[in-house]
Amino acid sequence: MVTKTVTVVNEQGLHMRPAGQLAAEMKKFPGCTITIASGDKTAKATAVMQIMAAGLKKGAIVEITADGDNEQAALDKAVELFESGFGE
Amino acid sequence: MKKYLGKGVYGAIAIGKISVFKKCDAAVTRIHVEDTEKEKQRVTAAKELAAKQLAEIHEKALREVGETHAQIFEIHLMMLDDEDYNESIENIIDTQSVNAEYAVALTSDNFAEMFSSMDDAYMQARAADVRDISNRIIANLTGANADNTATDEKSVICADDLAPSETVSLDKDKVLAFVTAHGSSNSHTAILARNMNIPAIIGVGDSFLSGIHEGDTAIVDGFTGEIIVSPDEQTLKTYTEKQRRDEEQKKLLQELKGKENVTLDGTKINVFANISGIDNIGAVLLNDAGGIGLFRSEFLYLENTDFPTEEQQFYAYKRVLESMAGKKVIIRTLDIGADKQVDYFGLKKEDNPALGLRAIRICLTRPEIFRTQLRALFRASVYGNLGIMFPMITSVSEVERIRAICEDVKAELKSEGIEYSDKTEIGIMIETPAAAIISDRLAPMVDFFSVGTNDLTQYTLACDRQNPEAEEFVDTHHEAILRLIEMSAQNAHKNGAWIGICGELAADTTLTETFLRMGIDELSVSPTFVLKVRDEVRKTDLSK
Repeated sequence: MVTKTVTVVNEQGLHMRPAGQLAAEMKKFPGCTITIASGDKTAKATAVMQIMAAGLKKGAIVEITADGDNEQAALDKAVELFESGFGE
Repeated sequence: MKKYLGKGVYGAIAIGKISVFKKCDAAVTRIHVEDTEKEKQRVTAAKELAAKQLAEIHEKALREVGETHAQIFEIHLMMLDDEDYNESIENIIDTQSVNAEYAVALTSDNFAEMFSSMDDAYMQARAADVRDISNRIIANLTGANADNTATDEKSVICADDLAPSETVSLDKDKVLAFVTAHGSSNSHTAILARNMNIPAIIGVGDSFLSGIHEGDTAIVDGFTGEIIVSPDEQTLKTYTEKQRRDEEQKKLLQELKGKENVTLDGTKINVFANISGIDNIGAVLLNDAGGIGLFRSEFLYLENTDFPTEEQQFYAYKRVLESMAGKKVIIRTLDIGADKQVDYFGLKKEDNPALGLRAIRICLTRPEIFRTQLRALFRASVYGNLGIMFPMITSVSEVERIRAICEDVKAELKSEGIEYSDKTEIGIMIETPAAAIISDRLAPMVDFFSVGTNDLTQYTLACDRQNPEAEEFVDTHHEAILRLIEMSAQNAHKNGAWIGICGELAADTTLTETFLRMGIDELSVSPTFVLKVRDEVRKTDLSK
């Protein structure tokens, strides 16, 4: 299991597009369970509705955890997405 | 004639017949079933069909609103595949032994409720997305498919609310405008309408749909959010004209946005915008002005019940400078008195206010007001490309006094360790005949001149611009005025200063060529005239 902490940099927080992008990318790691947690909220990184429901705003500190096949690659990809502001 | 008011989400005007959008909101009933597996298979089939439909809508959206906004339908596809959402539907079917329609509707309600209860307006609006995909699945389950392209005529679509997929699915060639009783400006429907360039008004309220009929004529004003149903002839005429002007402006915008203000023979000038408040910045950017040639700082004083503080002013100036991102912003210091009165200044009533204590004269007699404004301006100067302009100048000694106060304010800021920009340009308005006549003496003292043609006209021709009786004697093209402007231009250039015109005459395109021949460097006009002037500049040939 690997984890890393990132900060949401997107102005509007993790709104629909970034949430959708994260879920789509994370689904490419089928043997791996990836979760994101911030404060008391957690969400499966493959579940777009959960990610949106977590309502992560700009500046939120998010702990990403990946567990399973290819976990390091999955974590790296998630971190990259967060840090690049999901290309926005 | 009936009027309704909502929130305009795309500024344009449409006039046409109303077509009421009918939803196939088949009421979902709860039915007990034995074969839950069969219900789950029905859901799977309905979802597969929904995915196919959404892929088509996505294609259409890509063509009509572009990739960024079309992405919403990719996300709808993902929502359709969302684990929690699907687990919820299956669980309801399994545990309650109910029909697929009911399970989807209940799941939809639960998820929509979850979003609605979030503390963020954007997330609250996502409830509509959940309902949109759910209603699609339900429609596929019941086999009821909405067909809303019944009318052949282009019409004003009126609906209770429109889901994003419904908005994009509408045949654009048949839609003049959207009007919805509900919906928020955060909704994708609003965003999509904006990007489809269709006038749209949302949130008109519950009474709207009951008050209108299929086929009624309606005027939709997306600028103000007004809907006028069955307008009278006069109203119809007014709006037809407003629509024509708007279309002309948008056409200019399409053709001329991003183009240079350059004559056929290659002379470039600046076309800037005049504004009276921070609210106008959007119009400046929309109309592609190269900068702000006149920012009237009076609004800060007129909107207040007491003198605006240095902080209040600083934030306003900082905001306009930042919004213009390095483009020139010329802020004119306080110009009240004459026709603009402010109670808390306690100015005495004057018999002849146009010739009395106004503008710079107030500033020089009450330096504490002036210094506060100058401190705020210089403090803001580091956030962009600022020019400060002083109104109603008549003499060299006034400019000397102003410059001394400016130096003093800068020294004061320096001693307090507050930064200001040394690149801040200082200019004066040429709006009295005196200033134009001694422009050779004033030019060496400043970086620029800006001609205020309204006052210059009234002072030169001795005609009160507020007096309708004298109107026939006001000739704005009077040779005396043009000569004063030309003289000022020559003197500015001889002394390394630039010269602009910020009065109403700057927008008079019959004079554009005359001004260009005089060597005017900048024309500053109302935002909506920027492109008209650009158009004229681009048609002018100074080599002939």
